[in-house]
Amino acid sequence: MRKLIKLSFFLILVSSLFFTKANAAGEQHDLLEVDWSFKSFFGKFDRASLQRGYQVYTEVCASCHSLKHLSYRNLAEKGGPEFTELEAKAIASNFEVTDGPNSDGEMFERPAKLSDKFVMPYANVQEAIAANGGAYPPDMSVLVKARKGGANYIYSVLMGYDEPPAGMELDDGVYYNKYMYGNKIKMSSPLDDDIVEYADGTKATVDQMAKDVTTFLQWTAEPHLETRHKLGFRVIIYLSVLTILVYFTMKKIWSRIETKV
Amino acid sequence: MSDHEYTPKSKVGKWFNDRLPLLTLANHLTDYPTPKNLNYWWTFGGILTFCLITQIITGIVLGMHYVAHADLAFQSVEHIMRDVNYGWLIRYVHANGASMFFLAVYIHIFRSLYYGSYKSPREVIWIIGMLIYFLMMATAFMGYVLPWGQMSFWGATVITNLFSAIPLVGESITNWLWGGYSVDNPTLTRFFSLHYLFPFLILGLVVLHIWALHVPGNNNPIGIDIKKPSKDTVPFHPYIVIKDLFALLIFLLIFAFFVFFSPNILGHADNYIEANPLVTPAHIVPEWYLLPFYAILRSVPDKLLGVIAMFAAIFVLVILPWLDTSKVRSTVFRPIYKQFYWFLVADVLILGYVGAMPAEGLYLLIARVATAYYFAHFLIILPFLGLKEKTTPLPLSITEPILGGSPDMAMARNNSNYKEKL
Repeated sequence: MRKLIKLSFFLILVSSLFFTKANAAGEQHDLLEVDWSFKSFFGKFDRASLQRGYQVYTEVCASCHSLKHLSYRNLAEKGGPEFTELEAKAIASNFEVTDGPNSDGEMFERPAKLSDKFVMPYANVQEAIAANGGAYPPDMSVLVKARKGGANYIYSVLMGYDEPPAGMELDDGVYYNKYMYGNKIKMSSPLDDDIVEYADGTKATVDQMAKDVTTFLQWTAEPHLETRHKLGFRVIIYLSVLTILVYFTMKKIWSRIETKV
Repeated sequence: MSDHEYTPKSKVGKWFNDRLPLLTLANHLTDYPTPKNLNYWWTFGGILTFCLITQIITGIVLGMHYVAHADLAFQSVEHIMRDVNYGWLIRYVHANGASMFFLAVYIHIFRSLYYGSYKSPREVIWIIGMLIYFLMMATAFMGYVLPWGQMSFWGATVITNLFSAIPLVGESITNWLWGGYSVDNPTLTRFFSLHYLFPFLILGLVVLHIWALHVPGNNNPIGIDIKKPSKDTVPFHPYIVIKDLFALLIFLLIFAFFVFFSPNILGHADNYIEANPLVTPAHIVPEWYLLPFYAILRSVPDKLLGVIAMFAAIFVLVILPWLDTSKVRSTVFRPIYKQFYWFLVADVLILGYVGAMPAEGLYLLIARVATAYYFAHFLIILPFLGLKEKTTPLPLSITEPILGGSPDMAMARNNSNYKEKL
């Protein structure tokens, strides 16, 4: 048993080494920390926040940022914003997609359906770059996973707009942001108080909107996060019980031998 | 190989066994006499077999949904993560499984280093093991390229560029590897093909590894030759099977923690950005398990010599059985080697750490010292130490751990001398 404790201790030590390394290299400013509802072992999304976050995305972000890996049906799926199917259909029908060719061999426009991918603001990367002063607004489907710091980073950037420190020269179309790499960002501060009007009456402060849209983007990056946490908990319980049973079985079997196991 | 003649009880069994002795093999595997004093560091062989099978099964399923094309690969991985039933689980098991595989293989290798399992008569087991390790690194590297993210692309660019350091033919070889003039679609498709092939080569080598193991039998923590079967051994089944299973379950708990609660912590955020040949990431770093070799590569100022040093770092391991001149296997009886062993462990961890840091200033200096020490350990310390070191007396057998000591295990365990050694 003593050896066993030593072994588990070693394994924990090794894994903790990775953790510290993964978090080691510092930012210029420490990211703002939010106690996200989806963070812990039992973490779940705040459904209302996801729905508000979707609203912020469509009304603010979607004019430049695509969500190309998502389909409209995802909005009605379990573990997400969980709009009703009717609501999701209504949302989809607001967008026009090009379909075809029809029997005449021509492409045509029609309202989007649940099975369609999210309509992108620009036809291609080049158009997106040209329309944004040479900076590509990244696709946001997996943005939370593509940035060190994850949700905290996205939230921090949204909250990080400020006056540049004295002596810092900024070109036209470049803005100061405390948390951005190099402190320069080509996106102007996207959020202002009451820029959207929440249907559920929540006050649309910059902080509220930043939290909501970050929650939404965490979901777009990890649509199965809730299932993962739930299944993970069951797997850990199952393995723990099995481990204990196997431990006593092993003890029993080895009791025939005078050597300790 | 078999220690006694085995005859199946049933007629059908006997008929079949006379034509293909599978039952004899099964009998050999269950009866296989195993030293009874094996500690938990010996359970990693079984754990590694489990890791390989898990990687192959999850990999085959992923291969059904993945598209090996530069324009579609990233998207197909997202398709797996979102739309394939439990695709996220299969991919996270596969991705974290690679890390767990390497964690286990490093423990397995360092176990062998501590207890001298690479020494005569087990050199061939060790060399096959090193071949497996080398193939594992190649497989893991190519697997990391497949999602076609930024780290995939630039990692592939850095590593394949190493071959351009070879004089005269370097550039031709690199172009040949790429299937073009840069890392592109042909590179991706051949990496996918090889990534699918190599695990089966590893599987074949694992069979040889185990076969070669079953000729002399297991080494053990005190590293002495034992009579088999005897009072010093237990049959593989059920004693070792149940112990391996218990250790595997503990390992699975850690594995599950990563998969379900921290699936991306061992990866790099940049790999969720689609590959872009026009944008170079700020720091290009390989996966953690390749970092010590990456540090050795970068610590040498000359590119060609750096590549040679990196491959030499693996090659010294292959010839280790002849570099270590000590006849005594287990470190338990080698007080001076024991200290050098832990220095080596620290040295490799330091190399891994500086491998993740930018190659400049103090980090570069540390990397150079650590690289020099790494080679000194194998090429200078081990050969000389084996000739000079005064080892402590070896016991006669496992059941009589003290020279001429008591056959009673309980008494032996209470002996402070024995406690100190184990």
